[in-house]
Amino acid sequence: MEAHELSFEPDDPYNAFLAVCKKASYGKGKLAGIAVAVKDNISTRGIETTCASKILKGYVPPYDAHAVELLRQSGAAIVGKTNMDEFGMGTTTENSAFGPTLNPCDTSRVPGGSSGGSAAAVAGNMVRMALGTDTGGSIRCPAAFCGIVGLKPTYGRVSRYGLIAYANSLEQIGPMGRNVSDVSTLLQVIAGKDRRDSTTYDRPYTHTPVADVKGLKIGIPQEYFGEGVDPKVAGVVKTAISRLKELGATTVPCSVPSMKFALAAYYVTCTCEASSNLARFDGVRYGPAADIKKSWHDAYREVRRAGFGAEVRRRIMLGTFALSSGYYGKYYSKAQVARENVKADFARLFSDVDLIAGPTMPTIAFRLKEKSDPLSMYLSDILTVPANLAGIPAISVPCGKVDSMPVGLQIMGRPFEDERVIDTAYAYEQAVR
Amino acid sequence: MVTEKDVEHIAELADIGINTDEMGTFTHQFNAILNYFDVLDQVNGDTTVTRDLTNIMREDVVEPSLPRDEVLRNAAAQEDGFIKAPRVM
Amino acid sequence: MAEDQVIVGLEVHCQLDTKSKLFCGCSTDYRSDGPNTHVCPVCLGLPGAMPVLNKQSIEYAMKVAKALNCTVLHESEFSRKNYFYPDLDKAYQITQYDKPLAEGGYLEIESDEGGEKRVQLTRIHVEEDPGRLVHMGNAERGKYSLVDYNRAGIPLIEIVSEPDMRSPKEARKFLNKLRATLEYLSVFDSEKEGSLRVDANISIKGNERVEVKNITSYKGVEKALTYEVTRQKNLIRRGQRIERETRHFIESTGITQSSRSKEQEHDYRYFPEPDLRPLHVQSWVEGIVLPELPDARRERFITQYGCSLNHARTLTGELKLADFFEKVVVADPKGLSTLAATWIADTLIGELNYRSMNLDIVNVAGFTELIGILKMGTITDKSGIEVLRVMLDQRMKNEPAETPAAIISRLNLAKTAGDNSAIITAIEEAITENPKALEDYRAGKGGALNFLVGQTMKKTRGKADPGELNQMLVEALKKKEA
Repeated sequence: MEAHELSFEPDDPYNAFLAVCKKASYGKGKLAGIAVAVKDNISTRGIETTCASKILKGYVPPYDAHAVELLRQSGAAIVGKTNMDEFGMGTTTENSAFGPTLNPCDTSRVPGGSSGGSAAAVAGNMVRMALGTDTGGSIRCPAAFCGIVGLKPTYGRVSRYGLIAYANSLEQIGPMGRNVSDVSTLLQVIAGKDRRDSTTYDRPYTHTPVADVKGLKIGIPQEYFGEGVDPKVAGVVKTAISRLKELGATTVPCSVPSMKFALAAYYVTCTCEASSNLARFDGVRYGPAADIKKSWHDAYREVRRAGFGAEVRRRIMLGTFALSSGYYGKYYSKAQVARENVKADFARLFSDVDLIAGPTMPTIAFRLKEKSDPLSMYLSDILTVPANLAGIPAISVPCGKVDSMPVGLQIMGRPFEDERVIDTAYAYEQAVR
Repeated sequence: MVTEKDVEHIAELADIGINTDEMGTFTHQFNAILNYFDVLDQVNGDTTVTRDLTNIMREDVVEPSLPRDEVLRNAAAQEDGFIKAPRVM
Repeated sequence: MAEDQVIVGLEVHCQLDTKSKLFCGCSTDYRSDGPNTHVCPVCLGLPGAMPVLNKQSIEYAMKVAKALNCTVLHESEFSRKNYFYPDLDKAYQITQYDKPLAEGGYLEIESDEGGEKRVQLTRIHVEEDPGRLVHMGNAERGKYSLVDYNRAGIPLIEIVSEPDMRSPKEARKFLNKLRATLEYLSVFDSEKEGSLRVDANISIKGNERVEVKNITSYKGVEKALTYEVTRQKNLIRRGQRIERETRHFIESTGITQSSRSKEQEHDYRYFPEPDLRPLHVQSWVEGIVLPELPDARRERFITQYGCSLNHARTLTGELKLADFFEKVVVADPKGLSTLAATWIADTLIGELNYRSMNLDIVNVAGFTELIGILKMGTITDKSGIEVLRVMLDQRMKNEPAETPAAIISRLNLAKTAGDNSAIITAIEEAITENPKALEDYRAGKGGALNFLVGQTMKKTRGKADPGELNQMLVEALKKKEA
């Protein structure tokens, strides 16, 4: 394959990048020569991959994630690894061990999380496209806060092989870009079955966006416009939805009763899975060295105390507790039932409507350090986690401003109808262009 | 209600260190979060989990392993091809 | 049950003989290669790597389940068993917890009372092997461990029995029968070092149960349990309580020791493995065709070859042995079976064990020829043993292999037909050289005759038929009476 090189030395006043490839090679293909940033929890051969954590400082993967292989095969220039909340745990990218990323729209505010670095890189015009990951809203939240487009694909549509796991049953790698078309192109490249990921489906994405919503029914859940959602944000989103009506869609009020349990089900599930996924970081095979002079348990404990930030340690402990003897039935297994209820609620809705729309986030981007209480931070995920619990596709597309800050319109669809979700977002975007 | 002692025990179970100055805050946050989780007690039933993707397997075919130097590259310490680890006492 | 009845249950882990590992394509043939040379991102547990299930391992496990009369579950799944240890690179083992591959089943063994008994099984499941730790250093220089992940991810089948065994001997019989069954199914190679590991649960009726972990040899199981029975019975006799605990067996000294480690109290926080999908393989059971299993082969050896029950048991106790027997007798089953069965079961096995030799080295054609010669009666049994030993020693030392006929000729072992002069000479010499023996014989001391027989046999180099020689010696001694 013919190789070329892209020089990449951007100004990065937002701390979007953790690692930069000053000379990024690229080849022929759909993304030939396009600068793509990759979130730092996605394995890149030969490029340090840290998940924004001290415990992986210096780790250089000997292999590429499947999605990265596909990027390379499509000729993209992988120009760097982007900042994130440590191990994906956070909604603001303030939980990074290497400093927060700033929102290009207002550098006193957070870019959202956990894919804040990828969002800032795109919003700050450093790259055209980026890969993010979304476990409970981590692509859609920063897309909304930074005013760009971000899609969480249907669970199982994009391979997770090489994605450093936080919550296996919830997360997906997804495309982020300045417009729906680019996001769709990036999805074409990364979607499809991977024999190395047993949870992928044979559903390649070969669609080009079509701006057509005529005849589509859009459900508007009351829970997405209830208390906790800033009325100004709700207003902007409602205006956006009326635009879709003008384009030929109809709206139907509806309800997702299991939303009540969604956040708890999400946090129980992700902390349990994370407590198990993160236990392998012991300083023996990779990461900062364990102290061989100590005994195993002492060394292990010390590596984790020093290497993991407070939020990560908090979630590991929550997950350990929830899985521990006597508590499995109360937490983890109840959470899975709640999850099935959320899936069932959406399935019921989707037998009547084709899409569901609402705000991506309940507010505009917070100011840095504004959300210091973990629980109140978790509550801001309330509108995004249901799509992860149900495994359905969900996009955030910019739909206006409140107090000069971007607001995201979230559109969700049936499993494997990412195409329709993209089309709807595209129709809106083209109409307001 | 989870006490500091409970939090200490969980930290031990998880083999994760909490600094003594973090203990109070951690316990407080823990309780707030666990309180929030209590909403799950209201979840009914035993909805059978959907099983649409099953029997995903691969053929018994040998594929190349990593060259040893790549296996050892990220390891902090090694000896004669083995990876060094602290001893379990 | 007797008041001091021994109660034993076993958990047996066997490595399944697949070409690649359970969740990745690394080769399982690691034993002759250096450490960490059969490792990939998956089995090394690198962040982001994901397991993919090896179909062959499930097919093998299902063969075992069918052979042991288990019920394969409609839905089975993998779970994570979470604990922190340097040889467990993901800090969890992918195993099966509440939805194993199969449940129930049984294995028939020879009971202590004679006759057959059924040992019920609880369950069968599949899981991955962790890596291997080597402990280094000392108190002064500092202790540390070296880890080799070649073994990480090797597929294991775990077979759990009910506590139906009543002695260390029955436990050994169970293990041997299980091993043979797995060999017959071609899913297990018992000769691979470390391919089998056993955890045993043992109690004396009415007392607490003790777990003895990680016994790695067949003999070790009987030794460990025998030691435990003695230890526990002694404590009971002294009026002391048996503590419910985990102990480990030390092969070199044959004792068990308490494992006072945190690992005992482990809360494994099991939950279903989210990276793997459930198995619906119950429908596969019907299509599984089992080969002839040990019990069926044993019965066939009795009916087809006329073997005694004991010989049939011994010969079918190992796949290779059974195959060897059938190869030896194939040309003339009617004529050779009895002799072959006796010589293999009662002589060859012992000679091989003595030399720590593998049956693989024995040349089938050569052994068959020897049996043929023995059938013809041209050499004595004693000579036969000598010929066999020469053949085995030649193979063991990698010397050029002589045929039995050549050996007999070279060592002049053929029975002298009809011409007893050599024997008569030998008898005369023996008597002359041992006057005291002659006196003892006359005095009626029984040992004297045997002694003289032995001396004469030495002179004839075993060529004399013992029965004939005895007779001739007695006659000769009688003549000396005068």
